[in-house]
Formats: sequence, structure tokens, C-alpha cells
Amino acid sequence: MQTIDLAADRDQAFMDAVARESGQELTSCYQCGNCTAGCVYTHDYDIPVHQVMRLVQLGHKERVLSCRSIWLCATCQACTTRCPNNIEVATVMDVLRHMARREGKGPERLVKSFADGFLASVARHGRVFEAGLAAVFAIKSGKPLQDAGLGPAMLSRGKLAFVPHTPEGKGKAEVAEIFRRFREGAHAPAREEQK
Amino acid sequence: MSAPLGYYPGCSQTGTAAEYDISTRACLKALGVAISDVPDWTCCGSTPAHTVDHHLAGALAARNLVQAEAAGFSRVATPCPSCLAALKTADRRLAEPEYRAEVERLLDRPAPGPVEAISTLQALYEQVGADAVRQRVTKPLTGLRVACYYGCIMNRPPALMAFDDAENPVAMDELLAACGATVVEFPFKTECCGAAFGMPRLDVMQRLSARILDMAAACGADAIAVACPLCQMNLDLRRGQVNAASGRNIQIPVPYFTQLMGLALGLPEGDLRLDKLVLPLAPALEAARAREAEREKAKAAKAAKPAGNAAADTKEAQPCA
Repeated sequence: MQTIDLAADRDQAFMDAVARESGQELTSCYQCGNCTAGCVYTHDYDIPVHQVMRLVQLGHKERVLSCRSIWLCATCQACTTRCPNNIEVATVMDVLRHMARREGKGPERLVKSFADGFLASVARHGRVFEAGLAAVFAIKSGKPLQDAGLGPAMLSRGKLAFVPHTPEGKGKAEVAEIFRRFREGAHAPAREEQK
Repeated sequence: MSAPLGYYPGCSQTGTAAEYDISTRACLKALGVAISDVPDWTCCGSTPAHTVDHHLAGALAARNLVQAEAAGFSRVATPCPSCLAALKTADRRLAEPEYRAEVERLLDRPAPGPVEAISTLQALYEQVGADAVRQRVTKPLTGLRVACYYGCIMNRPPALMAFDDAENPVAMDELLAACGATVVEFPFKTECCGAAFGMPRLDVMQRLSARILDMAAACGADAIAVACPLCQMNLDLRRGQVNAASGRNIQIPVPYFTQLMGLALGLPEGDLRLDKLVLPLAPALEAARAREAEREKAKAAKAAKPAGNAAADTKEAQPCA
């Protein structure tokens, strides 16, 4: 039998930070399980979302920030929509992901690098360059052929643009500036990982 | 005349979902909704931005609200639910002083707002409406059994999206019914298709999109109408991958709802770009036509016979029992 000391793992600063960054009243979760009942990603989660909420309430920072579930949440908003206590559960999952990034965690490596690749494309072109993103991701993922079979259908239907679709004015430069200021941001905590 | 409506296409609509942009513009034009592009628009940040940082997400979206405001739009319509969520979230959170201050630092200019973002589905539903659409239909989609698939975030969370019903949305159903289609009962209207996991976790996306396809098949749908470029890509372009994982061979096509509307409005193929769909729509249209012809024939035959079981004949078989 495993004995768990609930008090020993309790991290009050973590609990406060999640509440502050998400703007949610976490204590109002009474573990009804509605979020998990409607979550189509539970099948792939290592910890169901209602248990993630409970672990946050208990202040178990390490377990929460190390889990896969927070990376596999697609923000489909079923949980938020169905929470009887009006907790934006999907926003909490988002904030946990931010925190995990800051701690350098990311057990779903490809999910993390897809988001990074997407944003790198936006930073560079002002808009997402789909073909460029797909090509770079194919190489970085180590699964270069996964989507190769989609190529012919996309090419024959003119769905693959080979040059980025760029904003007509200063948009591209302005977006690059937003990313630059974000990386240089002094007082916001989430800056480190984007470098 | 109502105030001018800004139009925010979104990145996908310049590439993989060009036909959504083209058919949306064509339907709006045909139905008398004037739009004008948000000048020099840039990416809204979409899901990746908000999973990384909420201020970054806010700034990327808010830059477009700045552009819209400067062009004189107080309302912006976008076809893409992910863009819509990003624009709406930014607009809502800019009311928080601390959030606003950080977004203004990232933008290096005063934040805009408020600017109201709506979906082009909402614009078609509210500014035109099913009744007006019905009057404009020249080529009704008679007999075509359509499952309306709204995707996960078009109406969720309801406090943010503020349109239609979060669990059982009906706007697309009513518009396509007005186009003459037979809208089937479809319980998975708002279930997630696997979203952007197609690249990083194909297995997850395959499982979730297979559920949607299975349900559409069980409901007897000839076509799945969609309103999201990512749903469309997962269900159409990635169909081979999804079928391979599920071991099924479901061939139901996945047009954008605006392509079906445009078809009913008699718009030319150049305004619909059905040729961009991976699974062709034509066989579904043909099947519906053949079924209708069959039905008409049976009806005529029954009418020729003396009345015997008339009451039972008037009841239509429901495609989704």
C-alpha cells in the first residue's frame, strides 16, 4: 500500500499562481466529474481533467506540471461549457501548460514543437505559412513521411501555396515586433521559453 | 443601412481552405451582406499562441482589432472559428486593466476596442436569415441528407461566443434546410475532430475524426457540412489516414456549408470551388437526385392506385432512427 502525505506535497504558491493566472476560483470545484465526462481526450490523458483540477486544489505542483494531459488538451471547451460552477477549466489547462513551459517540461515533445513551429512561422511571415510549417515540422518531428501521402491531393487541388501569403502593409514587421517585445518582456513571467 | 462589416479571412482561408473564403464571400455578396477586408490583417495567433502565453495571444489578435477599428469597423466577421475565438477572447480580456497594459506594451500602441467579432455563419443567419435565403434559392438541394457539423468552438464556451446554442446549435441546420436540404439529426454537432493534432499526434486525431465519420454514416448523411477549416482538413484531406486507422471505408464528402448554400443559390462553380474538395461532392448530389426521382415515382404510382393506406404513405422514413 502506498501512503500519500497530502500536506507534504502541498504547494500554496503554486495554488495561488494558478488561481491568479487563470482568474478562476479553483476552490469551487466539487469534483462532479462533468468535465471528464465530456472530454473526448480522456482516452489519451494520463490524468483525467477532473483529477487535474483536484491535484491543483491540493497543490501537487510536480504531478500536475509533469503530466501529459495538459499538452493533449485541445481547448475544445466542452469542460468549460459544462462546468456547473462556471470554472473555465480549459483556461486552467492553458495556464498549467504555460507553467510547465516555464519549468522546461514538455512530455508531449511534438505537441510543444508544433506550437513553437506555428508561432515561428507567424513571427517570420506575419501569417502562417502552411507549407513551410508542414515541411519544417516533418523534419523536426522525426516522422518526415507521416503526411507525405497528402501531397498529391493537395497539389492537384491547388491547396499548397509555395510562397507565404504576406500582409500587404506593415503587418509583417509589426508582428515581428510583437514577438520581439514578448521575448524581451521584463515583468511578465512567461518570457524565457520563447528564446 | 447597418454599419459596415469588416471581414477577417484568416490564414487557412488563403491556403488550404481557399474554397471556404471564396464561397463565403460569394454567399455574402449574393445575399446582400456588404463586407470589406480588414486592411493588412495578420495571424490571430490561433491555438498555438494561447497555449504559450495569454498576453502574446492577446496582442496578436488585438493587432487585427486595431486595424479593424482604424478602418472604421465596429464589427468584424470571420469564417474561421479559431480566429473568431482569438478575436473575441482578446476583445473581452482587454477590459481587464492589467491585461490591457501588457498587450499595449506588446503592441507599442493603445489597444483597440471594443470591437465585436462574429462568425460569417452568424452574419448569414442574423443579417440574412433562413426565410430570406429560402426565397433566393434557385437550385434546391432536395433530398440531400446533410449532417451539420459545427466543430467544437464555434459556439463554445457560450459566455464568450454568445451565439446559438452551445450543445445543439441550429443556425447552419436552418440555413441549409432553407436551401432545400434534408438536415439529419446529428448528435456530434460540437464534438472535437482532433483539431491541430493531425501533425503532432496523428493517432489522437484519427480516433476523434473517425467517431465523427461513424456517427455521420450512422445518421445516413450524404454529406457533412462544416464551418471550420481544421475540421474540414481532418475529415476530408486526412480521410485516408482516418479510414486506415478505423478500418472503415467511409466516403461521405465534407463541403463547407457555404459551398452548399452557394450551390442552392445557383452560383457558378468559380464561386464554390467544389473542385478543391478531396472527396467529390458530385456522387452525393447524384445519389440524392436518384433517391428523389425514385420517391417521386413511388408517389406517382401510389397516387394512381385507389386510396388504401394513404395515412401511412404520408409519413417519411427518417434517415436516422
